[in-house]
Amino acid sequence: MITYFVLILAIGLFLYVLLDGFDLGVGMLFGLTRNENLRQQMLGAISPVWDGNETWLVLAGTILYAAFSAIYSILLSAFYIPLMMMLGALILRGVAFEFRYKTERGRWIWDTGFVGGSVLATFMQGATVGALVNGLPVANLQFQGTSMDWLTPFSALCGIGLCLGYALLGAAWLILKTEHEIRDRAYILLPWLMMAVLMFLGAAFVYATAIHLQVMRQWFDRPALIVFPALGAIGCAGLLYGMQARKDGLPFLSAAVIFLAAFGTMAASFWPYMLPYSITIEQAASPPSTLNFMFWGIGLIVFPLILIYNAGVYIVFHGKVDKHTQYH
Amino acid sequence: MVTTMNDALLLSRIQFGFTVSFHIIFPAFTIGLAAWLAVLEACHLATGRAVFRRLFDFWQRIFGIAFGLGVVSGIVMAFQFGTNWSVLARVTGPIQGPLLAYEAFTAFALEASFFGIMVFGRPRVSPAVYLFSCIMVALGTTLSAYWIMVNNSWMQAPTGYHMVNGVFVPDNWPAIVFSKVLWVRFPHMLLAAYLTSTFCVAATGAWYMLRRIYLEDARVMLRMALGLAAVLVPAQLFFGHLNGDYIHDLQPAKFAAVEGRWHDEQPASEVIVAWPDAAHERNLYAWSIPVLGSIVGSSNLTSKEIGLTDFPPKDRPPVLIPFMTFRIMVGCGILMLALAWVGGFFAFRPAMELRRWLLWPIFLGFPLGFIATLTGWMTAEIGRQPWVVYGLLRTSDAVTPFLKPGDVAETLIVLAAIYALIFVSGSFYIFRQLRRGPVEIVHGDQRTNPNRPMSLSGDSPGTGGPRNSPAE
Repeated sequence: MITYFVLILAIGLFLYVLLDGFDLGVGMLFGLTRNENLRQQMLGAISPVWDGNETWLVLAGTILYAAFSAIYSILLSAFYIPLMMMLGALILRGVAFEFRYKTERGRWIWDTGFVGGSVLATFMQGATVGALVNGLPVANLQFQGTSMDWLTPFSALCGIGLCLGYALLGAAWLILKTEHEIRDRAYILLPWLMMAVLMFLGAAFVYATAIHLQVMRQWFDRPALIVFPALGAIGCAGLLYGMQARKDGLPFLSAAVIFLAAFGTMAASFWPYMLPYSITIEQAASPPSTLNFMFWGIGLIVFPLILIYNAGVYIVFHGKVDKHTQYH
Repeated sequence: MVTTMNDALLLSRIQFGFTVSFHIIFPAFTIGLAAWLAVLEACHLATGRAVFRRLFDFWQRIFGIAFGLGVVSGIVMAFQFGTNWSVLARVTGPIQGPLLAYEAFTAFALEASFFGIMVFGRPRVSPAVYLFSCIMVALGTTLSAYWIMVNNSWMQAPTGYHMVNGVFVPDNWPAIVFSKVLWVRFPHMLLAAYLTSTFCVAATGAWYMLRRIYLEDARVMLRMALGLAAVLVPAQLFFGHLNGDYIHDLQPAKFAAVEGRWHDEQPASEVIVAWPDAAHERNLYAWSIPVLGSIVGSSNLTSKEIGLTDFPPKDRPPVLIPFMTFRIMVGCGILMLALAWVGGFFAFRPAMELRRWLLWPIFLGFPLGFIATLTGWMTAEIGRQPWVVYGLLRTSDAVTPFLKPGDVAETLIVLAAIYALIFVSGSFYIFRQLRRGPVEIVHGDQRTNPNRPMSLSGDSPGTGGPRNSPAE
């Protein structure tokens, strides 16, 4: 039962990173042009799906709250400042989608909020993960540090790294969904973004291994886990081939595989710890009566339903965005 | 150290109060609107009258903006339990966590999926499926409210748990999700939401009549809204009374604070107006009616009613705010009853548009539902202090212990600035829609995206006016 909820949480988090990742990425790339026509096409490529994407954050958050209350309590209180900043950024960015069309004079306000919100939210997410990898001082299921502990050179590096990663996803998504000028520009950006992301991932892994000797042991104990880095290599190859052959669907799929590889590598480095090397999944889990109550409703029915529904939305909105009508 | 902690506690309470008050404005409006949209669609299917369809399209645009603001402001709530109230999150997480998870999951499954069909699916699905989707959206908002009320009712009257190492472990879910307290509080909230919407709809109708425009639409809005309100307001007063009964039995300190009763009385009088003076444990400028307090509290003429001084000061709620907010709520309720009955009576007779003496108060009555809902929640939430889980966990013990006042103050300012910006903008866009009215405009090219809630208001400059649905 506990494993089941770990799985749901992992799926939810990964879907959030992948899906909101590409639309946050597009939000950042949006700032690179001032051309209103291009901007509207970029928005058109994400606006049917972005709010559904963002809902995964809430779904994953409530699963964490319900199934692993202690972790939810520790993480959210320890990351008070970055999370609050992230939420504020997400709100500004979310309303910008629609409010920018309600005004011409004030459009720059919403556009600034859109780009700034996308960058800030992404940076805070990356920095939070970095701080988590750094490790949190915890005693009696309570965070023992202070409110700015999260900000270190490493966590800032992770924040920048995630910005690059989401920009990669965003560029790949634009290649998938648009044509002509935007797609061509995205193709030019793609190799640079990929190189930067790979360098960042390598640096982050070396750093994590340096501060936690246990990371090495995890990998020696379970050599089968090499499948994740291997997956990453396949993703990179796919990305390069997609760029070379101009196969518009391949870059996004490959970028998704790279993200899956990075996600899996991180999970494998810490399993079975939920909070790196201090609290295990078993210790963090809510009592069986709670998990059972959730299993029969959310676990068995609603969660699969939402997965199917989400897939349906992407099928409905498949294909290139029409340059002229911009929206479906 | 002690003052630092208290400042962080106070600021956290202000922050939570601010964000939750901001949030509730939108669901209070959209829960009723969603149901009303479903009714309009059904009326249109049944009668074929164009006015129902016109009103549907018009209110759907407003629903979209309010719904979007409700969604974005609700996301913050889901995180605040962990950021500011991490002790609460840890010790009650096994109970409150699943309730919030069910809220998020069911709301997402129903609202998100059927909202899409409701907004852009009319040409693609049959009328029956379309109506079904409208009903599902309404059901989704109602279920959302249900789970939130389960959660809050559990905090007001905890049940179905036992303690293990200081953590609330659920052992009787049916008792939690069908608690007796819930079944008076959930209808009370639902009726509050419906009334909030009906008075907004009625006010809009009255506004158009005062301006002598859209008379047919205005008449339909006034009749449907006031007719419904004439039935719902008395029902709401009845459920309000039942709420009073549960508070009397389970939360006597809150009851005493709301009643402004400092000392035991037998038979008890009822304080109608006063200025509670907590420092001297007395009421200033009080006007009371003898014996009525016993009737209100225990439905008889002789009962002894408990006063606040029975409780040690550390277990007493603040008196002034719940005392006042309760009276404001009841005052709004009485005004709404008068408007609903008098207005409902005349709305169904000819020449309503000439009764300007009546149209003005109906128009000006649009905030009554919002005020009543907000003050009702303030009574419930401030009145239950100093407890966050009633009688078991103090608010001061639930707050994140290492929180710094400066951090909370910073985030409070940032959130307040963002909320102010989107609230003012959103309200302005809603106002612009209302002022324009249920006007039919030919197709313009659609700049905004019909799959997005807030795009419904779609009057993008230079794009040909509001999004219009295909001609009937």
